Amino acid sequence: MSPPPIPSATRVLDAHVLARRGSFAVDVPLHADAGQVIAILGPNGAGKTTVLHVLAGLLEPTRASPQGGHLGQVTVDGDPWAGPSVSVAPEVRRVGLLAAEHLLFPHLTVLRNVAYGPRARGASRRDATRRAMAELEALGVADLAGRRPGQISHGQAQRVALARALATDPRLLLLDEPLSALDPAARPEVRAALASRLTAYDGVTVIVTHDPLDALTLADRLVFLEEGRIVQEGGPRDIVEHPRNRYVAQVAGLNLFSGTASDGLHVDVDGLTVVAGEHDHRGPSWVAFAPSAVALHPERPAGSPRNTWDLTVASVELIGQTARVRCTGVIDLVAEITAGSLTTLRLHPGSPVWASVKATEIRAYPA
Amino acid sequence: MIGLRTHRLRGNLVLLLLGALATAVILLPLVGLLVRAPWSDWPRYLADPIVRPAIWLSLVTTAATVAISMILGTPLAWLLSRADGRAAHWLRALVTVPVVLPPVVGGVALLLAYGRHGVVGAPLFELFGLRLPFTPYAVVLAQVFVSLPFYVLSVEGAMRGTDRRYALVASTLGARPLRAFLTVGLPLAAPGIAAGAALAAARALGEFGATITFAGNFAGETQTAPLAIYVALQSNPDAAVALSVAMLALAVLILGLLRGRWLR
Repeated sequence: MSPPPIPSATRVLDAHVLARRGSFAVDVPLHADAGQVIAILGPNGAGKTTVLHVLAGLLEPTRASPQGGHLGQVTVDGDPWAGPSVSVAPEVRRVGLLAAEHLLFPHLTVLRNVAYGPRARGASRRDATRRAMAELEALGVADLAGRRPGQISHGQAQRVALARALATDPRLLLLDEPLSALDPAARPEVRAALASRLTAYDGVTVIVTHDPLDALTLADRLVFLEEGRIVQEGGPRDIVEHPRNRYVAQVAGLNLFSGTASDGLHVDVDGLTVVAGEHDHRGPSWVAFAPSAVALHPERPAGSPRNTWDLTVASVELIGQTARVRCTGVIDLVAEITAGSLTTLRLHPGSPVWASVKATEIRAYPA
Repeated sequence: MIGLRTHRLRGNLVLLLLGALATAVILLPLVGLLVRAPWSDWPRYLADPIVRPAIWLSLVTTAATVAISMILGTPLAWLLSRADGRAAHWLRALVTVPVVLPPVVGGVALLLAYGRHGVVGAPLFELFGLRLPFTPYAVVLAQVFVSLPFYVLSVEGAMRGTDRRYALVASTLGARPLRAFLTVGLPLAAPGIAAGAALAAARALGEFGATITFAGNFAGETQTAPLAIYVALQSNPDAAVALSVAMLALAVLILGLLRGRWLR
């Protein structure tokens, strides 16, 4: 259970989401300040999307907690949106919703899609259009304004959908697996657009995701749900350092380092220079990559990827057909390789090994 | 079509023959009509005193029927597409009745309901002095009765097929339910609406049984094109043929509208 809400000038979201579907109950308190990004993670059926739908008003919250006592409620900027005697309709709430599929209205142009929200909320056609153009520009898709959703790529469409969700100046931005339906090639581009747009957003963002990378790169706070309850919550660092749950540990399985971004490409990690994917922040930085992104070689790899390190195997753990190889040296990391390559490489504790990671697989984000 | 593969069809000679026969059954009467049509004298037959008013009445009443079907049928289709459960199930079955009912029976039912002594007709007459049967309004009422179900079922199918999440997105963007329906629900169902309107138009244009029973057959008043054809066949067969060809052309036009949206 999170601490009780502390009244403060910047507190935006105070909610206790209670919902019941048959025998399944969701009981999730959520609090966030202006500009914060909360990631909700958890296995399928943990109740993540239910939480979003209650916040958006698409689902009526249950008013009594399963164990009694608490009352389900959603308060934003001090205004009750849902509670014991309140239920504000979705169209009156200031929310923006972005789902895995862009759900752009197929019969409207990109510009009219983004202008739809301001128009529905009473803006004149001219003001709505101006607002929509500004939002499209902020996401780098202004040149698509005249196209129809069917004529643009999925990655572009998802950026347009984000622009549409933000064009109504929502206080709550709800992202439901926003990158999961994109093909892997389009994902980094949309993730980058999302990350940079969120830094300029002063409302609260709640992002539901399966992908630990999305959570670690985008969120200030991670909330892990299982069977409708919070099993762990905290900042990315707490979560990575002290997983207290199997699912959380899976997320913590990431290789995560703290360092200093010196330019748009390099991050200094304890004197070691890591070439990371493009980023536009400087100073304190996180560097993260998945164990599966690490390639192991018996000798210095030819063509030499920029992140290549001479390491020593510390331990090898076989889980099914996957081997987790823990390596130490100039950098400590975990690599995930197939059992087959483990045999080929003949790795055992003490073996020398070369590890390489493509820069595009490495994400750097402000600490 | 990629092209028929003869080696596959050869074994199915019986099916092939029956299929050809079916095509002939459909096509031959139309060919017969076109061959017998008095092409050179066409303008003269169309000038026949019963032809012009009949075509005009058919066009006007069909347009009115389509308009009424759209105004009344669209909300009903929306309700049916969104409602589940027993009541919706029965309502849908009820709406479908005119599709399977012989039109003459529909005409009798209309006459009993809207006639001078009918459930609706009696109060209408007493309160407003309104008499529906055997007026052009009766023609429209009869056509709406038989056409509306086709429209509703077509639009309901289209609305059921559209992703409901679009409406949810519209609501999170600030659109109240009516606005969301008008700006998102309707445009997304547009193909179904067009198909439904075309079906209703075709049905209204060809309506005979309910019309003659409920509206009568008064030239210039309630005599639609199909009724005029039937009458002309006794006295002036060539005029009947000319009128028939005109209606065939209209029907083909409607089929063309349907093809683009519905029959692809």
